[in-house]
Amino acid sequence: MTHTAHFRVWRGDADGGGLQDYDVEVNDGEVVLDIIHRLQATQAADLAVRWNCKAGKCGSCSAEVNGRPRLMCMTRMSVFQPEETVTVTPLRAFPVIRDLVTDVSFNYAKARQVPAFVPPKGVAAGEYRMQQVDVERSQEFRKCIECFLCQDTCHVVRDHEENKPAFAGPRFLMRIAELDMHPLDAAADQGLTRAASAQEDHGLGYCNITKCCTEVCPEHIKITDNALIPLKERAVDRKYDPLVWLGNKIRRREG
Amino acid sequence: MATGTTPSSDRGVFTPGRAAITARHLRTDKWWLSPLVSAIALTIFVVYATWRAFANGDYYSAPYVSPLYSPCLASNCTDMNGGADWHIFGSWWGLSPALLVLVFPLGFRLTCYYYRKAYYRGFWLSPPACAVAEPHATYSGETRFPLILQNVHRYFFYLALVVAAILTYDVVLAFRDRDGNWGHAGLGTLVFVVNIALIWAYTLSCHSCRHIIGGKLRHFSAHPVRYRLWGWVGVLNGRHMLLAWSSLVSVGLADLYVYLVASGAFDDPRFF
Ligand code: SF4
Ligand code: SF4
Ligand code: FES
Ligand code: FES
Repeated sequence: MTHTAHFRVWRGDADGGGLQDYDVEVNDGEVVLDIIHRLQATQAADLAVRWNCKAGKCGSCSAEVNGRPRLMCMTRMSVFQPEETVTVTPLRAFPVIRDLVTDVSFNYAKARQVPAFVPPKGVAAGEYRMQQVDVERSQEFRKCIECFLCQDTCHVVRDHEENKPAFAGPRFLMRIAELDMHPLDAAADQGLTRAASAQEDHGLGYCNITKCCTEVCPEHIKITDNALIPLKERAVDRKYDPLVWLGNKIRRREG
Repeated sequence: MATGTTPSSDRGVFTPGRAAITARHLRTDKWWLSPLVSAIALTIFVVYATWRAFANGDYYSAPYVSPLYSPCLASNCTDMNGGADWHIFGSWWGLSPALLVLVFPLGFRLTCYYYRKAYYRGFWLSPPACAVAEPHATYSGETRFPLILQNVHRYFFYLALVVAAILTYDVVLAFRDRDGNWGHAGLGTLVFVVNIALIWAYTLSCHSCRHIIGGKLRHFSAHPVRYRLWGWVGVLNGRHMLLAWSSLVSVGLADLYVYLVASGAFDDPRFF
């Protein structure tokens, strides 16, 4: 079955722009990215769009479809009524470059601010041995495809540009949680308490656990429940729990 | 080229450099429904619980005591025939005895990670829904006073365990009849059993509980028992929202039941 759909696509650049109307053919089984490509091929040859795998795995085609942050290649046209207008805009938390392409370098800057895995002393690379149960939890976080939809949706920076310097965003707080749960990470030996640093240096306190990151994650990672809240609890251990504080004074604890 | 647009403010999604779109959001679904329902439901409960907590009456009808009034710690409590009426506060307390104990469950739920989400979204609109711009000019989240105090949640969890234990005791007593003889069960007993089951499930599904029981560990392999407990709590934790609502409703209904029986509006049907 084929029908003609009404699309509104944001066209423009950092100096301005707006939503432009298009009527475009839609075939059974297609996704929003297919339609954007058809627009490029037939009506708007200069429409800028970033994409790569068309399989929901590269994280390039992030955009907002009817106001919801989504991967265009994983948004089926069948979820819309044939007569429904489909509005496609670039991510609204980041500076736009052109049309649907935004500058996501904020995220790369934040990634660099998270101290890397610290190898344990006396164990050479290739000699790391870990039990499956000890790494299982953080394997969920490694499903991340770095689409930055969570970063885009998080109201802490989406609605407050001024919070960007202080807040790492859900994706990179999750990275800290991953390292803090890592069975071999030896950051503590170098005086880095990752959970406390998440709060002090990476803005964990800005997150008010309203779960929008979880809602939009195309990999269905339970970012809030499994990374952010556990990280908040870990920070409480370090900063606000007198029993743990006392225990740490008396004997060094290794969980 | 497309029609030019001039955003109405220069904050948030209207920050210069971001795509110029005048709408605060472009969602076409019913994004407002869930925060609205949360806000209405929470308001109903708060109004009801406030009325009942200050009412200072109709909270005991042997063998049932309203969960809002247990334990009853002031001398002005009704005599509860072996129940949790420990008059440790003496007679200087002239207000409703419910106010002495409600702070604990109130604090537990107020700092609960799920309820936080519900009222931040429903009442504070921060954010009202995902990708819907919030109305506030600035935002500091839980980084400073007073919201940084949300970090005390785990202490309320410990207290909530005590409260749940006392309410369990009340449920056991609900298997006695009006005169204190064992082997009774009425509709009220059933209401109480369901309520306490939901309260325990809610309490144990707490994120702090999940952390304390095992989430804080780095080597599950070295703690097999805690690992298994962590898994079980995790299953409950996945339903924390459901349990938060259902236990809230069941507490309200258990209290309402006691009120109806105590005020004589209704006679407790007896099973045996
Ligand atoms: S849960 Fe926290 S990190 Fe995730 S979107 Fe909400 S505020 Fe941002
Ligand atoms: S956590 Fe999910 S939403 Fe965030 S960048 Fe990774 S895959 Fe995308
Ligand atoms: S094109 Fe790779 S995720 Fe959509
Ligand atoms: S997180 Fe909801 S009760 Fe602890």
